[in-house]
Amino acid sequence: MTARTLYDKIWDDHVVHQAEDGTCLLYIDRHLVHEVTSPQAFEGLRMTGRKVRAPSKTIAVPDHNVPTTLDRANAATMTEDSRIQVAALDQNAKDFGINYYPVSDVRQGIVHIVGPEQGWTLPGMTVVCGDSHTATHGAFGSLAHGIGTSEVEHVLATQTLIQRKGKNMKVEITGSLRPGVTAKDITMAVIGETGTAGGTGYVIEYCGQAIRELSMEGRMTVCNMAIEGGARAGLIAPDEKTYAYCMGRPHAPKGAAWEAAVAYWKTLYTDEGAHFDKVVTIKGEDIAPLVTWGTSPEDVLPITAVVPNPADFSGGKVEAVQRALDYMGLKPGQKLNEIAIDTVFIGSCTNGRIEDLRAAAAILKGKKKKDGIRAMVVPGSGLVRAQAEEEGLAQIFIDAGFEWRLAGCSMCLAMNPDQLAPGERCAATSNRNFEGRQGRGGRTHLLSPAMAAAAAITGHLTDVRELMSEGVSG
Amino acid sequence: MEKFTKLTGIAAPMPLVNIDTDMIIPKQFLKTIKRSGLGVNLFDEMRYNLDGTEIADFVLNQPAYRKAEIIIAGDNFGCGSSREHAPWALLDFGIRCVISTSFADIFFNNCFKNGILPIVLPQEQIDILMADARKGANARQTVDLEAQTVTTSDGQVFPFTVDGHRKHCLMNGLDDIGLTLEKVSAIDSFEAKSAALHPWA
Ligand code: SF4
Repeated sequence: MTARTLYDKIWDDHVVHQAEDGTCLLYIDRHLVHEVTSPQAFEGLRMTGRKVRAPSKTIAVPDHNVPTTLDRANAATMTEDSRIQVAALDQNAKDFGINYYPVSDVRQGIVHIVGPEQGWTLPGMTVVCGDSHTATHGAFGSLAHGIGTSEVEHVLATQTLIQRKGKNMKVEITGSLRPGVTAKDITMAVIGETGTAGGTGYVIEYCGQAIRELSMEGRMTVCNMAIEGGARAGLIAPDEKTYAYCMGRPHAPKGAAWEAAVAYWKTLYTDEGAHFDKVVTIKGEDIAPLVTWGTSPEDVLPITAVVPNPADFSGGKVEAVQRALDYMGLKPGQKLNEIAIDTVFIGSCTNGRIEDLRAAAAILKGKKKKDGIRAMVVPGSGLVRAQAEEEGLAQIFIDAGFEWRLAGCSMCLAMNPDQLAPGERCAATSNRNFEGRQGRGGRTHLLSPAMAAAAAITGHLTDVRELMSEGVSG
Repeated sequence: MEKFTKLTGIAAPMPLVNIDTDMIIPKQFLKTIKRSGLGVNLFDEMRYNLDGTEIADFVLNQPAYRKAEIIIAGDNFGCGSSREHAPWALLDFGIRCVISTSFADIFFNNCFKNGILPIVLPQEQIDILMADARKGANARQTVDLEAQTVTTSDGQVFPFTVDGHRKHCLMNGLDDIGLTLEKVSAIDSFEAKSAALHPWA
C-alpha cells in the first residue's frame, strides 16, 4: 500500500461517494452549530420540509452574541437582534431535537471549547461547524474545518459535505520552545513565515518535537489559527496525551468501545515516506514571544522588534501596510515594546482554556494591572470558569484588577456588548486583528496569554520574559 | 439559486490585498436571521463615515461604480471567517463575479453556493483587468461561464478554469442538497458500515 499522510487516512475513511471528476461526498461525524451562521440553514430545512439527518451527531451552543457579564440572565443585557438570534437557536435545537447547551447551562461556552471538553471531538473524526475556527479540533487528529451556511444546511440534511481533497502541507517545529514562548507564538510564527494565504488549498499537519511537547490545550491553540494561515484545517497526530485528554469525557466511548477506539486511533499517523506537497520547518528555539503590529495576522514580529516601514514590502502589500499603520496609529521604527495599550482581553477559542488562564495568572500573581487599563478575562466555557475558580486563578485575576467574566466569544469579535471604542488599543489573546474586528476603529495586537498579562501590568506591550520569576515557565 | 451564464457589466477596481470578510460585511450585520438585505452594508466601514454619510472616495460610492456587478480585487480576497453573509452581501448589492489572483478557500466555496462566480487569473491579467476597470462605467467587461472567458472592454480575452461540477450547478442554478439526497442509499450504507466499524463515532 502507498504511504499515506494522516489527512489521507482520515479522508479515505470518510468518503461516501466519489464522482468521476474527483468531487467527493464526505461523511461528517460531528456537526457543531452556533447561533450566528445557522438560522438561515434551519430556515432552509423548514422551507423544504427536510429534517436533521443525525440529530445525535449535531451539537449546538450559543456563544457569539451572549453577554459575558454576571447579569446576563437579564434579557435587557442583549440587543434585540442578538436576542432574536439566540432565541432562534433555542427554538431550532428544540424543534430539530439536537444536543444543546443553552446559555443557562454551566457547560455553555465557545463552541470550539465545548466540543472537546464534552468529548464530542475525538481522533479520526470529521468535524465541521459554520465557523472558520473549527480548525481547533484538528488538535485531536480529527479533520475539522469551517463551512458556510449553505453547507451547514447541507450537513444538517445529509450528514455529508461535498468536498474536493486538499493538498498536504507539513509544518514541523523542531526542538523545544524557550521559556516564555508558548503555543500561540508557534502558530503566529508559522503565519508570519507563510503569510495569510500560504496555507490556502492545504491541510496542514503540525509535527515535530515542540508540537509533541505541547499539552492538548496548546495543540488546540496551534490548530485554531491554521485558518489565519489560509489552511482549511490543521492536524496533529493523536498520541498518549490525546487519549488521556479524551478518556472519561461525557461523550467519549467507555469500556470495550474505548479499547476499540484507541486501537483505531493508534493507526492515525503519517506513514514513513508519505508525500507532502509543501513543507515548512521552523526551529522551536528560534521562536520569540510575538505580537502583531498591523491588521492582518501575518503582520507579526518578535516583541523586541520595531514597527516596519511600508517601503520594506512589495506589491499590493505596500499599500496594505501603509493602510494598516494609519489604522493602528503607528509609525515605522517605533519600538513594539513601547506601544501603550488601553485594554487587555484574555479569552477566545484560541486562548480561553484552563492552561491559558494558568499562564496568565502565573504572571499576574501578586501583581496589579496598571491604573487606567481595562482588563478582562473571559473563560472559554462555564466549566473552564468553574475550574479556574477552584484553582484560585479567578482570585488572582480579581486581585490584579481584572474583570472575571462568564463564558462566550466576547471581545474576540465584539458581537456582544464587549467592544473597543474607536482608537482604543487592545492586547488580545484572540486570533484576528482585522480592522474593526473588536469594535469599529479598535486596534488589536494579538499575543499569548502570558504576554497579555505582562502588558496589563506595565500598560504597554511588554516582553514577558522580563517579568518572569525563576521557575515560571510560559 | 439564480443561474449564472453570461454577464456583461461594470467592474469595480479594488486593488487592496487581503480584503477580509470583516471588511466585506462587519459583524454587527451578522445578527440577521435572513439572507437578504445585506447589500446596503457591504464594505460598511470602508463605505460610510461614523455618522452614516458616504465616504466619497470609496470605489462603490463613486458614480461610475454604483452599479458594479464585477469586482477586480487584490490577492487573497475573502480571507477570514466562514460567514456566508459575505457572499450574501455582495449578491444583494448586485455583485455576481469577483476576479482575483487568489481567494480564501471557504469564501471561494461559499460564492458558488450563492450564484457568484469567483475567477482566479494570473497577476499580469489582473493588472490589465484592473486598468480596464479604472476606466469607469463605460468600460464594461464580459464574463462568459459557458466559454470560460473574461473579456475586457477593448476585447482582450482571458480564459479561466472552473471546476466542472460547480460550473454545472451555477449554469443551471442547482441546489446541492437535492443532488446529494439522490445518493441517500450510499449514505445509508456508509452509516451502517461505520456503525459496525467505529461504533463510538
Ligand atoms: S472566540 Fe472568536 S474566533 Fe472563536 S468562535 Fe468565537 S468569535 Fe470565532
